[in-house]
Amino acid sequence: MRPALALLLRDIKLAWREGGAIGTTLGFYLVVVAITPLGLGPDLNLLSRIAAGVLWVALLLASLLSADRIFHNDYEDGTLDMLAMGPLPLPLVAALKSLAHWITTGVPLALLAPILGLLLNLPINAVPWLVLAMLAGTPSVSFVAAIGASLTLGLRRSGVLLALLVLPLYVPVLIFGVATVSAATTGPASPWPPFLMLCALSLASLVLAPIAAAAALRTAMR
Amino acid sequence: MAQPISLIAHDLGCQRGGRTLFQGLSFALGAGQALLVSGPNGAGKTTLLRLIAGLLPWQAGRLSLEGADEEGALPESCAYVGHLNGIKAAQSVRENLAFTADFLGGGRVGAGRESVESALAAFGLGSLAHLPAGLLSAGQKRKLALSRLVVAPRPIWLLDEPSVSLDASAVKALDAAIGKHLKEGGLAMVASHTPLKVRFAGTLVLGEGRLG
Repeated sequence: MRPALALLLRDIKLAWREGGAIGTTLGFYLVVVAITPLGLGPDLNLLSRIAAGVLWVALLLASLLSADRIFHNDYEDGTLDMLAMGPLPLPLVAALKSLAHWITTGVPLALLAPILGLLLNLPINAVPWLVLAMLAGTPSVSFVAAIGASLTLGLRRSGVLLALLVLPLYVPVLIFGVATVSAATTGPASPWPPFLMLCALSLASLVLAPIAAAAALRTAMR
Repeated sequence: MAQPISLIAHDLGCQRGGRTLFQGLSFALGAGQALLVSGPNGAGKTTLLRLIAGLLPWQAGRLSLEGADEEGALPESCAYVGHLNGIKAAQSVRENLAFTADFLGGGRVGAGRESVESALAAFGLGSLAHLPAGLLSAGQKRKLALSRLVVAPRPIWLLDEPSVSLDASAVKALDAAIGKHLKEGGLAMVASHTPLKVRFAGTLVLGEGRLG
């Protein structure tokens, strides 16, 4: 328990301290969402219709910005060797580092989304569902990103390759995330089924992604 | 140490990138013994140490830890200091060590604070404890990496060129730390090109595959 907690807290602390991690992600999210209406013109009905989709796509892109940090720094400075020799199995190490990424990326992005929704004329009654759907879906985003991060360890320009590998895997999260919000705003279907699918996706990646990431880490350390 | 352990390698062979680094390597290391691993550059010294630490797979032979409580506990009995120091620049010296103590200490209550202070003292880092580790010089970073050995005690020390960029007094501290570790029944395998004042039980010469 204590090693797990130590690793989680250290990763969260480092994300704050190493600067850029959280700030860049939130800043990128803000900018992408802010320039979208400039490109589309001031049609409030149109913006309100596409708000959920834009917020979700921008969230996926923003969270990928910091995804390569999940393992890269530890790999580069040799800490990964120590983590691999510790009392925790490697999949658990990968899971904890993904969890730290979710806490420092997914949660702040999900909480920023309703404010950015104002820029896109997001209907106010959709806000609770938007935040809920993002909090439920972003764990999957972080855990799947960890697979990409571990596969691209040690490569130069790994960020681009990581995005290519991981973005297609985000399609289900995107579909059910947007479906939850649009069901809540326009009806007539209930937002619960797509929301529960999002939860299921997150739970599945919580279990499966760390195993894949750990296997890729083992290969990267050779 | 709970009980005397020994590390036994039998007919170990390893290939990297299609090239055979070593084969038929056998040695036995008992409690309180140290082995010097030597050989020319590229002979496989680092590979051997990383292989024992469980970071690399080997292709042939057997590697076993005798006298351990459970099977397959080899990587968790090892402490490895390699070429990379594994230091977080954004954290202070003390935080770096405290994390090692908490993570590798395996949940022992009270393992933290006391062992961190004694590790700081062992390599004379006490006055630097509050500094961000990124500000340390190369030698000081090396000392910090070595003080990990003290902060989370493990029976087998695997040291890869531990004395790189250390000054004379730090090398003396390293000698003392290894000596103390051996006296307490620990094992050590050291790959080093510079002479250390450690009583080695033998020298493993790689590249020729014989125990000298």
